[in-house]
Formats: sequence, structure tokens, C-alpha cells
Amino acid sequence: MWRNKTIWRYAWPGLLLCLAAVPALAQSTSTCLDCHATLDPPLQVTEQQFAADIHAQKGLTCASCHGGDPKLADMDAMSKKAGFRGKIEKKQIPELCGKCHSDGAYMRQYNPSLRTDQLAQYKTSVHGKLLAKGDLKVAVCTDCHGLHGLRPASDTRSQVHPLNVAKTCSRCHADAAYMKDHHIPTDQFAKYTTSVHFDALTVRGDLSAPTCTTCHGNHGAAPPGVDSVQNVCSNCHVFQSQLYEKSSHKAAFQRSALPGCMVCHGKHDISHPTDANLGAGPKAVCMQCHKPGDVCDQARVKILGNLTQLDDGIRGADQLLAAAEASGMEVSEARLEQDQARDALTKARVSIHRFRVDPVNQDVQAGMKIVAKNLQAGKDALRERDYRRMGLGVALLSIFMVLVGLRLYIGKMEQKAR
Amino acid sequence: MPTNDTSRVKPERRRLVEILLGGGLIASVISFVYPILRYLVPPPVADLGGDEVVACKKGDLKPNSSKIFRFGNRPALLLLTAEGEYRALSATCTHLSCTVQYRNDLHQIWCACHNGLYDMNGRNVAGPPPRPLEVFQVNLRGDDVVVRRKQGA
Amino acid sequence: MKLLQQAYDWLDERLDFKDLAAPLAKKTVPMHGRSYWYFLGGITLFLFMLQVCTGILLLLYYRPSAGEAFESVQYIMTRVQFGWLVRSIHSWAANLMIFTAFAHMFSVLFLKAYRKPRELTWVTGMLLLFLAMGFGFSGYLLPWNTLAFFATKVGTDIAGQVPVVGKWIMIFLRGGEEVTGATLTRFFGFHVAVLPGITTVLIAGHIFLVQRFGMSVPPEVEERWKAAPAEAREMKFFPSFFLRELMAWYIALAVLGALAALLPWELGTKADPFAPAPLGIKPEWYFLFMFQTLKLIPAKVWLVDGELLGILVFGAAGGLWVLLPFFDGAARGRGRRMILGAGIFALAFILVMTVYGYVAK
Repeated sequence: MWRNKTIWRYAWPGLLLCLAAVPALAQSTSTCLDCHATLDPPLQVTEQQFAADIHAQKGLTCASCHGGDPKLADMDAMSKKAGFRGKIEKKQIPELCGKCHSDGAYMRQYNPSLRTDQLAQYKTSVHGKLLAKGDLKVAVCTDCHGLHGLRPASDTRSQVHPLNVAKTCSRCHADAAYMKDHHIPTDQFAKYTTSVHFDALTVRGDLSAPTCTTCHGNHGAAPPGVDSVQNVCSNCHVFQSQLYEKSSHKAAFQRSALPGCMVCHGKHDISHPTDANLGAGPKAVCMQCHKPGDVCDQARVKILGNLTQLDDGIRGADQLLAAAEASGMEVSEARLEQDQARDALTKARVSIHRFRVDPVNQDVQAGMKIVAKNLQAGKDALRERDYRRMGLGVALLSIFMVLVGLRLYIGKMEQKAR
Repeated sequence: MPTNDTSRVKPERRRLVEILLGGGLIASVISFVYPILRYLVPPPVADLGGDEVVACKKGDLKPNSSKIFRFGNRPALLLLTAEGEYRALSATCTHLSCTVQYRNDLHQIWCACHNGLYDMNGRNVAGPPPRPLEVFQVNLRGDDVVVRRKQGA
Repeated sequence: MKLLQQAYDWLDERLDFKDLAAPLAKKTVPMHGRSYWYFLGGITLFLFMLQVCTGILLLLYYRPSAGEAFESVQYIMTRVQFGWLVRSIHSWAANLMIFTAFAHMFSVLFLKAYRKPRELTWVTGMLLLFLAMGFGFSGYLLPWNTLAFFATKVGTDIAGQVPVVGKWIMIFLRGGEEVTGATLTRFFGFHVAVLPGITTVLIAGHIFLVQRFGMSVPPEVEERWKAAPAEAREMKFFPSFFLRELMAWYIALAVLGALAALLPWELGTKADPFAPAPLGIKPEWYFLFMFQTLKLIPAKVWLVDGELLGILVFGAAGGLWVLLPFFDGAARGRGRRMILGAGIFALAFILVMTVYGYVAK
């Protein structure tokens, strides 16, 4: 091993050179940080921020956005002569980002599948239009994506990660004082946090559940028009949309310029629909428009009756099966079948969107057939339990007879032996 | 039997012991043996499957069609591609556990609940599903199409 | 009837039943205030025979593989006529047998029946008790349900903590690094072939020793009888004691039948090796006192790993327990008092820890 000493003799200087080059390399990209890491905000950019930044990771430097020449000494680096742009005006930010992000050929070098239409979309958004009019209160790229230390949207720490989007939007949109001049409500976030979608996203951790941008768009953020509500919802709720399309409500709502799905379900505070929505109580939605006793009301009563029938049926079978299970009977198969009945109920509840009795009734009857089978399985199990207990009774009785007989026999035998 | 000696025990009493002991012994032995004999009778269904199940018979499915069958305690999807290849996958959507279906117009597996799409290999390609569907192994055994869980999975 | 008599005579002519039964006819059982404890061994034996019978019946339908074990037990419980009864009796009788075996052990201890010349009877009995626990541990896994799966994982893990040979023991038990289908096949082999073989031999030895020495009379009673020989009472083993034992067996049957019919043994859900362990896994009750103790010992005692220390202490205690009779002769009754103290302590410890294990989360 040590015979190779000569190699070491020559390798040493080279190694030292390499080591020396490392800090030099780092300096060449970010001499900016030497000062800016020590400055106070807003001029501060720390090493950690820079290291976390996706642009820095891809090899971009401060100069890529701010111009200047970090290789020059001291303040020369930030001279006009070196092309230094200084702080970017808010109004210029979208265009600056777009310089790269709208350039398909350029972006392809880094992430060929990334879209390059953000700037074009932004110009169609309410934010973009207002910015063009000189309103500096609107969001530009950096307001949502962050500034230095910018992380890609797939990073859970990013402000535009699905879990953080609503919070990010709410920074402005829930601030009544900030939104004062724009005359739009500021309760969307508060309402959204009570919705079934928020619950799915945050509690159940379903990252595909809708947040603000799912319905409003992200770069092209704007409220969907009355006519496009159904289209937006149908991205996930396909069946409901298909049925609604064929229903009488579609045309009626269109005539009255009513916003489709939202008429019954609301918008930001969409709650989990229940059968009570079809009722006549405080949660009833039908009766907002319909008169009691008319044809539609009669159909409503029938549909509700159907759904209640299946719901009660499922619950009844569940109870019976639970009772059978509690007394030790094996009914796991029927328990499994119950899921199919529940599926039928879900399907029936979707079929409501056709607003006719027949489709709902069909689904309900299919479910009731399964329920009847499971109910029978539960009854059979309970009968089997009684049969077992009777058998036990017979066996215990005969055992008891033997015991008494033996006792008497032993007594007699020993009496005799004495 | 020592009970034959009746010198000291009353006859009725002797009879009682005989009935109790004899009847009880016979009845109890019957109550032990009867369940055992019934136990030995093989039930009509040979087994409950386990990790292997016969999904259908060869020829039951037309090309580019599918069927749902029970696998263990969950539904599974058997599909015959247009090229005549069998595929079997879990039919439980990885999003909210709805039962998925094969769309022969799209050549994809579709979940109606929230418009989730999987390709024919079970990969989630569009919509909410967070994970691919579990893929099972299909074998042809005589006329039976046999589906089994993949080993080591 | 006549044919039966002829067959009997034919056999008698060759085997000479009277001579065969002579030792039985001579055998007596001492009668005193604590005679009823003598039944426990017989009941345990009866339950073992019952286990053999129901076990053989279960073998007709059971399939020992990870893919089919759970389904085959489910099949026995739902499709096979009276399958629920056979399996429930097998499960309940197993627990009852371990209970009566423990009770038998403690009764022998407190009645001092382990004294010379019965040391070997005690040793074989203790080995049988360990075997019974082995039956329980291996049989518990066979339905391949979630609880059993994780209990086996934890149990074999504890075995793996033993210094030097622990790792080897764990791999031997599991049939690999992890609890898998290979473990199930192994446990099945232990449960239906290895353990029954050894147990049968040991039971034969145990019973032979019991016959050889006769029933032990507690020393206090013995002294009393020595002072007044007229007070000594005994009963013929056959038929008097045997018929009483028969009554005890019938009572055991009644209890088992009632338990099986009213509280059929649960099956749970099929084991999924990749699922996270469910909360609050507990072993079978007869392992609970050890499990709970191991949980209570702090992670480090001085410089020794706490769990390791616990295992070593239990191992040592178990070993000493087997050799218990050999301390009896020590220095003028001191050994006997020590054994009595140890017995009371062990019983109290087991009771408290078992109850604590049930109450604790």
C-alpha cells in the first residue's frame, strides 16, 4: 500500500487546490449573501432561505432576477453599469417571472412538463386585470409563491401546497380592512373551513379535495360565472352533473340565471348533504322555491320516503346483525353485503339529481333487496343461536341427570359396602 | 350390577337411580356423538377461498369487458382486454373506497364517485385517487380463471 | 347380550382382566379435609384428552397456510355443521386446561405433595405445565387473525432478547426473521405433532409415578393420623374415587358446553402483516403476568437492559420452580417454610399482575 507514496506526493497539491476552490466557487455565486445575510429585513436574505430556494437549487443566482455582477468587488457589483436592477417593482414582477416561466424552450431545460401559460392566465385573472389598471393591492406571483426561499408547490412547506392554499388566499381575502376598496365579501375562508371539502382536505387528508384554486383557478383566479358552476363541480361529481343536465332544473335555473349546483348546495360552506335537505324542516332546500302540495312537492315526498325506507332498512339490518354478533354468531358475510346496500343508498342519493321519482326508486329497491337478504341472514343467525341454546339445554339436562344418578349410585354403593 | 341386591334399598328408589343414570348416560352420549357425526358431514361449499378464488369460467367474458367478483372480503375486478388478456385488480377505489368499473369506451378503469381514472395496469392516471389499485395474479386452470394475491405483496 | 358375554370371556381368557385390574383394585385414595384437590390432576388429564379429540376433528378442515388458515377457521365456524361447537370447545378447554394445570401445581405446592419420593412427579408435572403453555402459544396463532399475529410477533420478540441464543431461538420459532406464513406452518407442526408427542410420553411418566407412589397425604394430616391411626380414612380408587372423578369430568363438560354455546370463541379479523399493530395487544391471560411485569421494568436497571433482566429473572425463577422439591430437605424445616413463602408470593404476584394487566391500558 505504502509503495504508492509517490502518488501521494503529487496528489497533495492537487487536493489542496480543489479544497481551496470550494469556497471560491461558493463566493462567485453569492457574494451578495455576505452582506445581505447580515442586513435587517426587508433587505435580509439568509443562507438558509437561499439554500431552500428551488431557483437557487437549479443554479440560478441573485443576479438572475436582480441583475448586477456578483464577481465584482463590493458596491461595484450593484452598479447600474453591471446591470443591477435593485428591488423589483411589484408591477413588474409577473413579467419578470414570465420571462423564464413563459419561455417553453427555456423551461424545458429544467422541467419539461411544467406549464408555461401562467403569465397568460394571470393576465385573464381578476388580479392581473386590476394590476394592469394600476391596483397594487392585488396578488402577484411572489405574494402566493413566496419570495426568497421559494419552494415548489409539491413541497408541504410551500404556501401554495394544497393544504396551505386557502390560508394563503385568506391572508388578503379574509382581511376586511385590506379588501375595503374592492367591495367583495371577506367571509369565504371562514365559510370554507366549515365545508365538507375543507374537512376532506384537512381532516381526512385527501389532497385531491377542492380548495380555493380548484374552483377559481390559480393563476387565472376569478369567480366562475353562473353558467360554469356546473362544469366546475362536474370535474369530480360526474354523475350528479350528468343527471342534472337531463333534469328540468337545468333549463329552469338557466332561465332565471341561477348558479346551478350552488342553488341547493351553497358555495364556500358546502356541507355534507343529508336527507333532511329534501325534507320540509329548517334544512330543506326544495321548499325555498317550490310551493307545498304541488306536483314537485309530491315527488319530493316520494323521493324522501324512498331514501328513508332504505336508510331505515340498512340501520335495522345493522342492528339485527350486531345483535347476532354480540351473541357470538358469525355474520361477517352479511356484514360485508351491508356495504353493497350502503352503496345502493349512495347511488340513490346521487340519482336525486335527475329530479324524478323512478331512478331513485329503482336504486332504493335494489338496495332493499340486499337489505332483505341480510335481514334474513340476521334472523337465521338468531334462530341458530336459539337452536344452539336449546341443544345446550338438552345436553345440560342429560349431564345433570348423570350427575344426580352418579351421586345417588355412589351413596348407595358405599352405604352397602359399610 | 351391584344394584341387583335389593335387600336394603327401596325398589322405587333403585328404579329412579337406574332411570337417571341409564337415561342420562345414553342421552348425554348422544348429545356428544350427534354433533360429531354432523361435523363429519362435508358441507356443500368446499371452502371459502382465501387468497385464491375462481373468478369466472373461460368464455364467460367477452373481449373488452369486465366483471366484479368477490375476493376475500372485498370486491375485485376481472377484465378481459380487447387483445384477449385477463387482468385482475382490486375494485376498491383508493380514494374513498367506492367500487370502480371498467369503461370499455375509454379502455380505462373508472370510479364514478369522484371521476377517478386508472389505466389497465391499475395506475391512477387522473382524478382524486392517491394510489394505484392492487393488481392480482390471473392464471388459467382448465376452464377456470383463477385469481390469486401476488406472492410477497 | 350373549355374544357380548362370549367376546368378554374370550378376551378374559387371554388377558386375565382380574390380574390386570389388580393394582387398580388395590389402589386407594386417602380421605381428609382437602381430598377434593386430588381431582384437579384428573380434570386436567380429561381436558387434555378432550383437546386431542377436538383437535383431531379440527384437523379435518383446518389448512395451515397464511393464505387459507383464517378462511378455513371461518369455514369451520360458519359452514361446517357444529364446527362452531368443536372449535369453541377446543379454545375454551385449552384455557380451562391451563387454569386447572396451574391450580393443580399450586395445590400440590401448598399441600406439600412434592416431598420425597415425589420429586420426579413434580418435575414432570412442571414440564407438562410448560408444554401446556407451549400448546397455548402455538395454537393461538393458528387462526391467523390480527390479534394472534401481533401477539406472536411480540412473544417471539421477547424470546429474541435472551442473550447469546435469543436471536437463534427467535429465528427458529419464526422460521425466518419475521412472523410470516412460515411461522404458521412451524407452529402448526409444533402444535399437532411435536408437543403432543412429548406431552403424551410425559403424561404417561407422570401417571406412572403417581401410581407408583400413591397419593400424598399432607404432612399435618399425616402427623395427626400417626398419632391416632383410627382416624385415618381412605377410599377405594375404583370405583369410589373414579366415579367421583367422572362426576367432575361431566361438570367440566357442562361448563364447556355452556361456554361454547353462549360465548362462542371469536375469530377476529384476518392478519395483515403490513397493517400497523392494533392498540393494546395483550397475550393470552396466562402470559399476561409476565408481559405486564416486563412492561413495568424500567428500560435500564443499573447498566442492564430492563427487559433482558426481566426475562432472565423469569427464566431463573422458572428453572428454580422445577427444582423446588430439592430445596425441601434443607436445614430443619427452613427449606419447607421458604417454599411455602415462595408459593404464596408467586401466587399473589401472578394474581396481582394478571389483574393489573387487564386493567392497565
